[in-house]
Amino acid sequence: MSLELRDVSRSVDSSVYIHPTSVTLTPGGFNILLGPTLAGKTSLMRLMAGLDKPTTGQIFFAGEDVTGMPVQKRKVAMVYQQFVNYPAMTVFQNIASPLRLNGESTAAVRKRVDQIAELLKLGPLLDRLPSELSGGQQQRTALARALAKNASLVLLDEPLANLDYKLREELREELPRLFENSGATVVYATTEPGEALLLSGNTAALNEGRITQFGPTHTVFRNPNDLLTAVIFSDPPLNLANARKEGSTFQLGFASWPVGHYSDLPDGDYQVGFRPHHLQLQSNNESELQISGGVLITEISGSESFVHLGLGEYRWVAQVHGVYQWDPGQKVDMFLSSANLLVFDSSGSRIRMAYG
Amino acid sequence: MAEITLKEIRHSYQSNATAPGDFVIRGVDITWREGGAYALLGPSGCGKTTLLNIISGLLRPTEGAVLFNGIDVTAQDPVTRDIAQIFQFPVIYDTMSVYGNLAFPLVNRGVAREEVDRRVKEVAGMLDLSEMLDQRAVGLTADNKQKISLGRGLVRSDVNVIMFDEPLTVIDPHLKWKLRSELKRLHQRVGFTMIYVTHDQTEALTFADEVVVMHDGDVVQVGTPKDLFDRPEHTFVGHFIGSPGMNLMPCQIVDGKPVVGRSVIPVNRSFADHEKCSGLVLGIRPECIQLDPEGFQVSITRIDDVGHYCIVRAEFEDQALQIFVKEGERIPSENLRIRFDRSSIQIYKDGWIVDGGTPR
Repeated sequence: MSLELRDVSRSVDSSVYIHPTSVTLTPGGFNILLGPTLAGKTSLMRLMAGLDKPTTGQIFFAGEDVTGMPVQKRKVAMVYQQFVNYPAMTVFQNIASPLRLNGESTAAVRKRVDQIAELLKLGPLLDRLPSELSGGQQQRTALARALAKNASLVLLDEPLANLDYKLREELREELPRLFENSGATVVYATTEPGEALLLSGNTAALNEGRITQFGPTHTVFRNPNDLLTAVIFSDPPLNLANARKEGSTFQLGFASWPVGHYSDLPDGDYQVGFRPHHLQLQSNNESELQISGGVLITEISGSESFVHLGLGEYRWVAQVHGVYQWDPGQKVDMFLSSANLLVFDSSGSRIRMAYG
Repeated sequence: MAEITLKEIRHSYQSNATAPGDFVIRGVDITWREGGAYALLGPSGCGKTTLLNIISGLLRPTEGAVLFNGIDVTAQDPVTRDIAQIFQFPVIYDTMSVYGNLAFPLVNRGVAREEVDRRVKEVAGMLDLSEMLDQRAVGLTADNKQKISLGRGLVRSDVNVIMFDEPLTVIDPHLKWKLRSELKRLHQRVGFTMIYVTHDQTEALTFADEVVVMHDGDVVQVGTPKDLFDRPEHTFVGHFIGSPGMNLMPCQIVDGKPVVGRSVIPVNRSFADHEKCSGLVLGIRPECIQLDPEGFQVSITRIDDVGHYCIVRAEFEDQALQIFVKEGERIPSENLRIRFDRSSIQIYKDGWIVDGGTPR
């Protein structure tokens, strides 16, 4: 059952939380809301849940207009960044609570709880109280309750943000599969581009209360429509510079690059950007763009190095394979293929050129 | 600044602890050089915060001693230890200006006004806060607030060590990149002893020259980021470092070579000393497996495209195997064949690494 927002906006007094937004979210695969803190992820979810009323616009669920229908009357489940469970109830009772509200028989409740507990690896912990659980186990319990509710709309608001790195990795893998067969429309908010890529599905990039782009996650990542989307969907951050197109070159101040496929572009001011892993230490026949910069700092992540470079007023990061210990100030040459270059006009819209 | 020594530290929250299980710190013996950048890395509950509190003096260890520059400070309270600590949530005075916040630790200690002014301006310069000195702290972004917390540690010239307790947890990914690299540059410039506590391997590895990995109250490995990646001394380190971590598969040794299921895995050294041993595990990082049409056949379960590479989740000899394939490299949809980089294979017995010998 799909969820449709039609020109939905939300303002409180004179501040706009959500600008008029139209989007349709469907079951089968996560719908990811990706954006930094205060981009409007939670505001949008509260509108979807019916916790807040839109200032303008309508919300449809499975074709039915649910605008203004209170959350209690909708089949919505929500999981938050903070672990929310009933503290006086055992894990079993926590998971069973939505089933009991539905008036299911004791035997049916038992069976379903066992099933869900098995799925979320809570089987041995059913008799414990939430206070006796680790953070990861508490969040699994909250997720189990959301699953037991059998809601048609499931809203997960940065559910892994308060968990350890390794636990996050594990749950991130399990989550899409948990809801795979539930038939529910699942919405997932995150600040992390890497998380969006792993969860796959569809992604809406969000910036200051506006969806900048919505589509299949990997399309939005590889083929952003505008600068904001490209920036939001880059970790490490997008390398960016102002460039002036003059005839057959882009003048970046610290470098002059052949325009390649962008030769039809009128001369003028543009912004060029690319992702840090596309900057390479070796040139090959595709890497026709070159830069030379001073090392600010090198970070080693084990198998990779993040080399921070100073280029005029800009600061770029190169994510390269292998361990490199360069001293600050050292000059290095790096290479880039023009196929990986993103070009934006002065308003931030992406310029696409046909490959000849 | 100080060299910090933890001497045979054991700690239990119980009053009459005897069994090893009663201890949350089970024997930590390390020395941190003056001016070094260190990280204390481990999952929740591994004992890293307990250890941090022992260094800062909030906790007195059940056994062992804490030494600053060779002087036993175990009995000293936190104030006299002269430590600066930066927490997960920025601790700042909202009503004060940025200047007031930075000056506070010095004013509090009765430092002369000219000296306060000199130090505050110097530190503000280092942290890129010079432009905001007159602003109130309340309206600042999370990363700037965290910089002020850090600046309050840096203004004092008598600080022995600066300790960070998950300082980037509440910072958005983009700001994290900025703050993380600034912190590292700062360390290289000022040369303070810094200890960074985190569960996040990326933060630990990128910040520290040397990382201490903790697990269940024990230090399982101390090493450079490269050591931890190339040669994890324990399967826990192999698993914990890397995302996803090291592939770990039960194996046997036959004719000096590891055998997984029925596949004999070529290695660059001999493990003949461990033939007929039980509890053996072969470890190989996903980064160290290459596609090779002549190699072992694996069956693909799923492929996750994470941008700069794909994680191929596969099965090999009934074991789950994760393989990294770089962006742009073609992954055959069937009959995928792979090879393990010979020198990157590690063998573990009962969790701990075993050395190989010259091949016969």
